[in-house]
Amino acid sequence: MAKRENWLAAGFIAPNAIGFAVFTLLPVGAALLLSLFQWDVFHTPRFVGLGNFRNLLGWVNDDGEWRAGDPRFRQFLGNTFFFMLAIPLTMAASLVLAVVLNQKLPGRVFFRTIFFLPSICLGVGVLLLWKFMYMPDIGMINRVLHSFGINGPDWLSNYHWAKPAIMNVGIWASMGGTNMILYLAGLQGIPPEQYEAAEIDGANQWQQFRHVTLPMLTPTTFFILITSIIYGFQGEFDSAYVMTQGGPDGSTTTLAYYIYSHAFEYFNMGYASAIAVVMFALILIVTLINWHFFGSKVHYV
Amino acid sequence: MSRNASHWIRIAVSYVFLTLVGVTMMFPLVWMLATSLKSPAAEALDLTQLLPTEKLRWDNYAIVTGETSFARAFFNSAVVTLSITFGLVATSSLAAFAFARLNFSGRDKLFLGYLATMMVPGVVILIPLFILLRKLGWIDTYAALIIPPMFSAYGVFMLRQFFLTLPRELEEAATIDGCSKFGIYWRIILPLSKTAIAALAILTFIGTWRSFMWPLMVTYTNEMFTLPVALTRYQETYGVQWPYLMAGSVVLVVPMLIVFVLGQRFFIEGIQVGAVKG
Repeated sequence: MAKRENWLAAGFIAPNAIGFAVFTLLPVGAALLLSLFQWDVFHTPRFVGLGNFRNLLGWVNDDGEWRAGDPRFRQFLGNTFFFMLAIPLTMAASLVLAVVLNQKLPGRVFFRTIFFLPSICLGVGVLLLWKFMYMPDIGMINRVLHSFGINGPDWLSNYHWAKPAIMNVGIWASMGGTNMILYLAGLQGIPPEQYEAAEIDGANQWQQFRHVTLPMLTPTTFFILITSIIYGFQGEFDSAYVMTQGGPDGSTTTLAYYIYSHAFEYFNMGYASAIAVVMFALILIVTLINWHFFGSKVHYV
Repeated sequence: MSRNASHWIRIAVSYVFLTLVGVTMMFPLVWMLATSLKSPAAEALDLTQLLPTEKLRWDNYAIVTGETSFARAFFNSAVVTLSITFGLVATSSLAAFAFARLNFSGRDKLFLGYLATMMVPGVVILIPLFILLRKLGWIDTYAALIIPPMFSAYGVFMLRQFFLTLPRELEEAATIDGCSKFGIYWRIILPLSKTAIAALAILTFIGTWRSFMWPLMVTYTNEMFTLPVALTRYQETYGVQWPYLMAGSVVLVVPMLIVFVLGQRFFIEGIQVGAVKG
């Protein structure tokens, strides 16, 4: 009987598991292996051991001196972290929207839908739209600024403004999206007695928010934070590709974009894989640190 | 007085706030639509003007969608998105059924393995995947666009969570009546799971329709581009003729909006199933 069920289960799982093994598991292993080779796709791969990682991260030479690795990698890793500064801003905005929407207001479903639309529409079309709005002369944003007597910069071609300009698109698109829905669900899961008790204790609105709402939302916050960071490490490929091509001077190139250009523009498959492996390691480390420090503070209901 | 009055003040402030945020968030999308209906001649692009000053240029849509490569890209996007959505839901629900309802050796270990691989960033496997498809001779074919994204650990995870919440009584009765396991999956579990299936289908549809990096990597001819990739190519064709580009963008966005509006309820439930129970 049990044996029969084994075969039966295999039949149910096989269509997914075979595809999954071939198109996810196998590539994960191959990425680790590939990072130890130098390969331009056209010639035979050459084994270089940890050479790619050495060039990427730095090494100690025979005289015991530290040699810095790829300066571009450090710059683009920095860019990736900079883009992640949008995460707390987006989360705060999502929380505020969710709290306001969580009141018994007629028409709240309408507003929820409106807020959700940008995150649905996000993609190449919307990125082109923002590129258009950011145009220095004919762009809508500088026209509006001009009417207030301000001369706006050439947003996407300016070394300092390109990053915030791209982050702004992300915040606009995601503050009313999935995060807000998750916060709304979290808010609805808070038992009303908690607020009644707090009110009896004389807590004002802010104190209730601070001491009831926020702690009760910790699991949601934690979940959103972790997933946002994981996506953040891989993020901003589409926007950089469509809006800035990673420029000006690499200021909007992220790790994902760097991997793409090494692999598909310079055909350094091994080096690109090494960057990918480092990215994977960073994601693992951040996840573990998060669990270690915040995991215990999560308020389990 | 104070309690009642403060209640109303709070509601009024809330509405003002919600309206302001709503207008700010909708403005870019309205701007996209408005621009797509303006004349592409530079002098007609008076950007202080929200609405087109002359008559609406529906021609822009005819011109953009009339491009052979655009029609082809739209067709490709439709084929790819529908195939992936169907294939992903079918294979995920089969596997999820086994994880939720069958007893087999190593079940929980295998499921943990699935969960662990959900953590692997997609970018990490792109290069080996590309090389694999090149060896298979799939580059620039529908197979490359459709097959690798079709197998999802997330889909299995989400549907398994949902199947576990279904009561088992019906299945027990069906088993006594001689119903096979596949019969239980097909006649009982699937019909009871319309909400979760719809949620997964909608999430997959939207995610696939707008996906960009994957199609960009595995296609290189006009015949195989999906709509997002084709749109980036029009930047070169149309240059600064933004109304055409915006018309193309609207065409890209509308199918996602339709699917979202039709299935909003499922979509939002789906997000919560995937997260809260995770």
